[in-house]
Amino acid sequence: MAAKSNLTNMALCLTAVCLVCAAILGAVYSVTKAPIENAAAAEAQASIAKVLPEGGEISGELQAEAEGIDGYYVQADGEGAVVAYAVKTTAGGFGGPLTLMVGVLPDGSVYNTSVLSHSETPGLGAKCTDEKSHFREQWKGFSGELAVSKDGGDVDAITASTITSRAYTKAVAQAVSLVRAIEGGEALDSVSGASVNKEEE
Amino acid sequence: MANKLSLITKGLLKENPTFVLVLGMCPTLATTTSAMNGLEMGLATMFVLILSNIVISLIAPVVPDKVHIPVYIVVIATFVTVLQLLMQAYTPEVYKTLGLFIPLIVVNCIILGRAEAFANKNGVVDSALDGIGIGLGFTLSLTVIGIVREVLGSGSVFGWKFIAGDGILAFVMAPGAFLVLGYLMVIFNKIAKK
Repeated sequence: MAAKSNLTNMALCLTAVCLVCAAILGAVYSVTKAPIENAAAAEAQASIAKVLPEGGEISGELQAEAEGIDGYYVQADGEGAVVAYAVKTTAGGFGGPLTLMVGVLPDGSVYNTSVLSHSETPGLGAKCTDEKSHFREQWKGFSGELAVSKDGGDVDAITASTITSRAYTKAVAQAVSLVRAIEGGEALDSVSGASVNKEEE
Repeated sequence: MANKLSLITKGLLKENPTFVLVLGMCPTLATTTSAMNGLEMGLATMFVLILSNIVISLIAPVVPDKVHIPVYIVVIATFVTVLQLLMQAYTPEVYKTLGLFIPLIVVNCIILGRAEAFANKNGVVDSALDGIGIGLGFTLSLTVIGIVREVLGSGSVFGWKFIAGDGILAFVMAPGAFLVLGYLMVIFNKIAKK
């Protein structure tokens, strides 16, 4: 059935198979690279639009040095006045990092939220991606205490997924703190991790 | 002809990979939290299984015996990575829910098992049919487990909710996977033995 093994044909066979496989992978990678990047970019754009009020001009990505903030976008109306902020924010969830896009109005209230990526348990924590759930609906216009009700706040947690709910709340809180810091008159480049952390504590 | 057809149908019941051969338990238990997840994981595995069966049946005669396992694993891993890249590029929504489990297909015993037990002894056509049969059986099993767990655990089927509120949460979590798998195994074996 199979060929008899000797050092030469084993080495040759493994090398040949690995070369062919590497070539195939390289080819597929180069073909799919652009679509993968497009899909990721389209998703980011869609998620920014989803968490902000309609209309207005959305800026490019801005950076802020604060805990858990991956970048943010400013939405301005025709006259250049700020309408809202979209903040990309990450907190540690149950299964890994939980990354959200959070739309925050200048007064510090939440406009809407969306999940960019997560590794939560399917059927449990992953319910945080269900946009029609009460957990997600409550964020629209949220301006209460940013902690789950178990911790004395105003956020209703997902059943049996308190850790995910806490992470979600923490991520939103990070976004709100950032916007408060920016709106608080601080120059954009002076929004430091320290000042944001202080507000959280 | 009947012989070829039986290559496909045996995977569904008599040699069902999940309930009768009891192979590939890791993805079975991990991904069947809902009917859709089970179905998608089954189809992804079938894709890899058919292609790896075809390639392995072709290269088996020239692969030296002592290195056949590494060679098969490289072939399988290549197809899994190709699948992963394709899903990321063209079905990002599916990739979002299943992405975590796709690399696990490499170590799914069904695929290496079929390569060892079937593809390296049989021709290309038979191996492809075997891949389709076992793949369909795996997809069927995962979908059935997914349906049962979703109905009991979330009160919905394929995302369509028929009761408000939550179901019995234990069925969505790991213990539910074992319970459902156990009972379905009993039922399938009862039918298959007839």
